[in-house]
Amino acid sequence: MFNSYISNTLEYDPELCINCGMCSIVCPHRVFRMDGKVVKLLDPLSCMECGACQLNCPTKAIRVDGGVGCASAMMLAAIKGKKEVTCGCDSSCC
Amino acid sequence: MKQNLEDQTLTSIKQNEKTGACCSSPLYGSKTISILSSQSQKVIRSTSSDITFSDHLDHFIARLGVKREKHIVEPGLYAMGIPKKESPVFVSANYTLSFDALRSSLKGIDCYILVLDTKGINVWCAAGKKTFGTNELVYRIEIVGLDDIVNHRTLIVPQLGATGINSKEVRARCGFKVEFGPVRADDLPEYLKTHHATDEMRRVRFTLYDRIVLIPVELNNFLLPFLIVSVILALTGNYTAVAATIATAISGLVLFPILLPWIPTTDFSTKGFIIGGLTALPFVQYSIYGMMDETLWVRYVWGLAYLLVIPSISAFLALNFTGSSTFTSVTGVKSEIFTYMPKVAVISGIGILLIIVLTSMRILEGI
Ligand code: SF4
Ligand code: SF4
Repeated sequence: MFNSYISNTLEYDPELCINCGMCSIVCPHRVFRMDGKVVKLLDPLSCMECGACQLNCPTKAIRVDGGVGCASAMMLAAIKGKKEVTCGCDSSCC
Repeated sequence: MKQNLEDQTLTSIKQNEKTGACCSSPLYGSKTISILSSQSQKVIRSTSSDITFSDHLDHFIARLGVKREKHIVEPGLYAMGIPKKESPVFVSANYTLSFDALRSSLKGIDCYILVLDTKGINVWCAAGKKTFGTNELVYRIEIVGLDDIVNHRTLIVPQLGATGINSKEVRARCGFKVEFGPVRADDLPEYLKTHHATDEMRRVRFTLYDRIVLIPVELNNFLLPFLIVSVILALTGNYTAVAATIATAISGLVLFPILLPWIPTTDFSTKGFIIGGLTALPFVQYSIYGMMDETLWVRYVWGLAYLLVIPSISAFLALNFTGSSTFTSVTGVKSEIFTYMPKVAVISGIGILLIIVLTSMRILEGI
């Protein structure tokens, strides 16, 4: 109840992992941990879908639907009926 | 002085940005030397780790969210101290807050700073938009002629830039190895000792300070509608409603960011409902027990209106704050929007309608 953050789009295929450690370097929420022969998902629910791991994994072992997590941009896109969300708030956000 | 280039040079840089030609070895030293030729991008500007009064002023104004487009650093290569060919190269965004955080953390370190053109946006947000990205990095390395300036092939990029920069591709395209440094520039001196970042250095936080500095931008984004509503309500002489409007703005835009981790529930919208509910209570109580010159039903309807409008507006503001937070996922935010926003729209709609009816009645009675 009152937790919308119980699922996300992060997918990891240990079969493809070559244990290079890149994902555990770039992840700002410490989702991965180097452990044994392949990297392990330590805390997948704290993934914020920033996409850094996917972009930097050399073997495409990670998939995540990244995007702009900006609620006002998403609502605006929903209202305008656009599929793609772009953070148009260059001048106000972050 | 970060941008002590003559106008003339600036223009020629802009004109030459497209061609990206490079050949001759650039000059550099402790002062800015601009080469007024077709290779004028190959300018090394000098900078220092000192944050001056005018920098502080600039940060203050940037934090207020005023004239954001003005807080930019000219993209390109900067020399700090007296760097040599083996000195490290750090990569930054051309937003003054990002650039200044980096240079002030590198006190006493002779190095180069490569500033990417992120349109005045900080590293993380720009990485999300890919302006702090692989293409821009490779392009910038080329046009400043970094190949000739340093004899190593390593770049230290802030970890949060990894959302935009594919290290493997950078290496393949220009031979430079990307080393992702710590999340925060303050950890760089510690990091540079071993070139290993601890788990804590790699973790993004959202501290009380981080949240407080976001408040002015929040106010800047949403204060206007609150002011307009306050003025309208003040004209009708309903000062309780004016106070309620101001209280909603303060609770949603100031108290909410501060109290965020301590408000129960995980979802931002429900956190907002809770804060808004608490804000509404005194106004509900006052309407029912305080507005003695009104008829009983008018008092109850005002109470109901506050109870409907304040929490739902507050939930909406809270949900918007996910955009500034450092941990909410797109999937989660989407799910919040679908779960709560239709309800918020209906509840606040009814509440606002009640307020309009009550206010019109007041005005008519006044005539
Ligand atoms: S980046 Fe990819 S290959 Fe490297 S450790 Fe992570 S999952 Fe494995
Ligand atoms: S998408 Fe970002 S937060 Fe999620 S696991 Fe990858 S690096 Fe970590």
